[in-house]
Amino acid sequence: MDTSIPTPTTSVRNPATVGDAPVIELKKIHKKFPGVHALKGVDFDLRRGEVHALMGENGAGKSTLIKVMAGVYDFDGEYLINGETARINKPLDAIQHGISVIYQELNLVQDLSIAENIFFGRLLTTKTGRVLWSTIYEKTAEYLADVGLKVDPREKVRRLSVSSRQLVEIAKSLSLNAQVIIMDEPTSALCPQEIENLFRLIERLKARGVGIVYVSHKLDEVFAVADRVTVFRDGELVGTKPTKALTTESLISMMVGRELSALLPKTAPVLGENVLDVKGLTTEKVTRISFQVRKGEIVGFAGLMGAGRTELTRALMGLDRRTAGSIMLDGTELPPNDPVKARDLGMGLVPEDRKLDGIFPDLSVKHNISLISLRELRKRFGISKTLENEAVDDMIKRLSIRTPSSKQLIAKLSGGNQQKVILARWLIKKGMKLLIIDEPTRGIDVGAKAEIYKIMDKLAHEGMAIVMMSSEMPELLGMCDRIYVMAGGGITNEFKASEATQETILSSCID
Amino acid sequence: MNKKSEGKRNGFSLGELLSGEQASLVIALAVLCIIATILTPVFLTSTNIMNVLRQTSLIAIAGIGMVQIILMGEIDLSVGSTQALVGVFSVWVLNATGSIPLAFVAGLALGALVGLMNGLLVTKAKINSLIATLGTMAIIRGVAFVSTGAVSIQAKIVEFETLGTGYIGPFPIPVVMTLILFAIFYYILHHTAFGRYIYAIGGNVNAARLSGLPVERLKIIVYVMGSAFAAISAMVLAARMSSGQPNAGLGFELQVVAAVILGGISLTGGVGTLTGAFIGMLILGVLNNALILLNVSSFYHEIARGAVIILAVYLDGTRRRNLQKKLIKATE
Repeated sequence: MDTSIPTPTTSVRNPATVGDAPVIELKKIHKKFPGVHALKGVDFDLRRGEVHALMGENGAGKSTLIKVMAGVYDFDGEYLINGETARINKPLDAIQHGISVIYQELNLVQDLSIAENIFFGRLLTTKTGRVLWSTIYEKTAEYLADVGLKVDPREKVRRLSVSSRQLVEIAKSLSLNAQVIIMDEPTSALCPQEIENLFRLIERLKARGVGIVYVSHKLDEVFAVADRVTVFRDGELVGTKPTKALTTESLISMMVGRELSALLPKTAPVLGENVLDVKGLTTEKVTRISFQVRKGEIVGFAGLMGAGRTELTRALMGLDRRTAGSIMLDGTELPPNDPVKARDLGMGLVPEDRKLDGIFPDLSVKHNISLISLRELRKRFGISKTLENEAVDDMIKRLSIRTPSSKQLIAKLSGGNQQKVILARWLIKKGMKLLIIDEPTRGIDVGAKAEIYKIMDKLAHEGMAIVMMSSEMPELLGMCDRIYVMAGGGITNEFKASEATQETILSSCID
Repeated sequence: MNKKSEGKRNGFSLGELLSGEQASLVIALAVLCIIATILTPVFLTSTNIMNVLRQTSLIAIAGIGMVQIILMGEIDLSVGSTQALVGVFSVWVLNATGSIPLAFVAGLALGALVGLMNGLLVTKAKINSLIATLGTMAIIRGVAFVSTGAVSIQAKIVEFETLGTGYIGPFPIPVVMTLILFAIFYYILHHTAFGRYIYAIGGNVNAARLSGLPVERLKIIVYVMGSAFAAISAMVLAARMSSGQPNAGLGFELQVVAAVILGGISLTGGVGTLTGAFIGMLILGVLNNALILLNVSSFYHEIARGAVIILAVYLDGTRRRNLQKKLIKATE
C-alpha cells in the first residue's frame, strides 16, 4: 500500500515557462470500436501553461481522446510527451508522466477523508508500516491551501459540496506533480460564483506552467478561459484556432457544421389561466414555497447548487413527504405524497440526472416512451402493438428523436436523444398539463440543445405550462417568461424575464 | 453516439443478444441430455422424461413467481419454507373439512398471506429483501415444525393424490398446470402493462418512481403472487406424497433461484425472459434426474446444487459485464 504510485521527479512547479514546447503531442490518433470509428486520425497538442479547450457535439470523440490521453484506451498513432514517444498503456503510465484527469463524475472515495483521498494508494509510512498521519495532514493542508479550499484535511469527502470535491481532485493532481490536467466538463455542477473561483485557480495553474485540457459544451466559458480551441466533429479534427480568432458564431458553426442563427427560439407566449397554484409548500428540504404557473407559460427557477431546486421538483411531484402547504393543479387539489395521482392529474417530471432517474437502460426506446401511457394503449387484455407503435413512431417523428429504430436500447442513444425520449414519455400521455423540467439541457450538445428549446417553446404554445430549473443563465433568460430565484430551500425573489439580467439574478442568488 | 455509428450497429439489439443467449442455454440442455443418455439409457424412456417434467414442474411453478420477483430486483428465500407450511396446512384443512377445493383455497390463501408479509417487510419496513425473506424463511419453517410437532400429517382423502400423481391424457397433471401457468404469465410479462412495469422497476426503480409508477404496490402484488405460486407447488408436492411434511422443501429456494438465474434472469433485475428461465429450470431438472438415475448419493446432490447456483450467478455477472462492455463501446 506504500508507494504504488511514484511521484514524477521532474517538477514543473517552478517559474512559468510559457513557451511553445508542447507537453503533449498526439499525431494521427485512430481509435476503433466494433462498428464505430471513434477517432479518425486526429491531431492534438498542449503547450505548457496554456488552456486548450476541446469542443464538439456529443459523439464527436472528445471523451475518447481524453481516455486515450489518460491511458484508459489503447489506440493507433503517436503519443509524444515533452517531445519523446511515450508508452501510455494504462492509467498509471499517464499518472507517472504527470497527466491527471478530472472526470465529470469525479473519482473520489466518498467515505474516506480528504487526506486519504489525496494520498490514496501512496500513504506515507514508516519502515514498519505505521502511517504518518500528521505529515499527511500537514501536506494535505498545504495542497488544499494551494487550491484555495479552507477545510479540515480530516473531513470526509461525502460532506463536501461538488465544487469542493472538484478542488480536492485538483489538489490531488497537484500533489502528483501534474504537468497536465484534463478537465471534463468541470463546470457542469457549479454555480456562477464557483465557476469564477475555478477560473481564477486555472489562471494560477497556468502561471505555474501547468497545461490544461478543458472539455466543455459552454461557449461563454471557453471564450473566458481558453487560449486555443480545438473542435472535433464525428471523430474528425475540424480545426485548432486561437480563441481570439473566433466568434461565438464561427465556433458554433465549426461544431455543428452549419450556422445556428439563434439557439433560443423563444416566441411571445399566449398565456391562459393558472394551471399550477402552489401555496406554502414545505418538505424537509424546501420551505414555504408559493408560486403560480399559467397555461402556456414557461417559469424558470434559478439558484445555486443546493438552493433547493431539484428538491422542489420532488416536492411538487409528491416524491418527498409534504409537511405543509397545498398544490392545486388545474383546479384540483393534489393529495400529498402521491406521485401516481400527480401523474394521473397531468403533472410530469423530467429529472436532472438522466442516467440515474430518467432512463430505463435495459428497455428499448419504444418501451421507454410508452411506459406510463400503456393504459391508454390497451386493447382488451393487453397492450395493442399497433396502437403502441403508431403512438411511439409519431412521437419519434414529432421530436425528431434520432434512433435507427424504436427497438434500439435507449442506453445507446446520445444524451440529447435520451432527453427527447424522456420528454416523449410525458408528451405521449393524454391530458398533460404541467411539465417540470430539471436542467433541460444538462450534458447535451449545442445542436440538440436548440432542438430541446424549440420543443419547449412549441409545447408552451400548445398550452402546456412548463416549470424549468436551470443553472444556465442564458437559458433561463432566453426561455422563461418569469424567473423565481431560490436560496436555502425558499424563494427569495421573482423577476419578469424581460426585466431580469444575469447580474440581478445572480445577486439575489447569493442573498 | 453519432448517427453514422448508429446506422452501422443497427443489427445489434438486446433482443438478439438474449435469443443468442437462449440458444446457448438450449445447447447446454441438449448436451446435458446427451450425456445423461450415454451414461444411462433409462434416461431417454418416455416414463423417465415424464418423470423429469413432473419433478421440474415443482421448481417451475414456484419459479414463475420467482422470475417476477427477481426481475423487479428483489429476491424471495422463503419459498422452501412456504412449501412446507402450506403443505402441512392444506392437508390439515383437507382432513378437517374433507373438501379438496377448500384445502386448495386455504393453502393458496396462506401462501398469499406469507407473500403479503414479505412484501410489506420489503416495501414498508424497507428491509433488504435478501435479509427479510431469510428471516421469514426461518420463521415459517419454525411455524411448520411447531404446529405439527415436527410430525408429518397423512392425507385422509385418497383423491387428493390426483393433483400430484394424476394424468391428463399422457401428461402428468402438474406438468399441464405448469404449461397453463407459463402461457398465462408469458402473456402477462410481455404483453401487459403490469409486465412492463415489472421490467421497468427492476431496470431503474428511481425512474419508475419519478414516472409515477406505484412501485410499492406492484412489489407487494408480485410478492403475494410469488408466495401463492410457492403454495401451489406445495400442494402438488403434498398431493404427490399424500401428506403434509414440515421438513418438505429444504433447500428448495436455492434450486428455484439457481434455475431462474441460470435461465438468464439477472440478479440486478430488469433483464431476462420467462422462456429463458424455463430452460434453466429444465437444465436443473435434468441434472437432478440424472444424478438420481446414476445412483449418486443424495449428499452429492447438495454439492451439485451449490455448484450450480455459484455457476449461475457467475454466468449472470459475466453476461452483465459483456452487455455493459457492448453498450459502452456502442455509446462511446
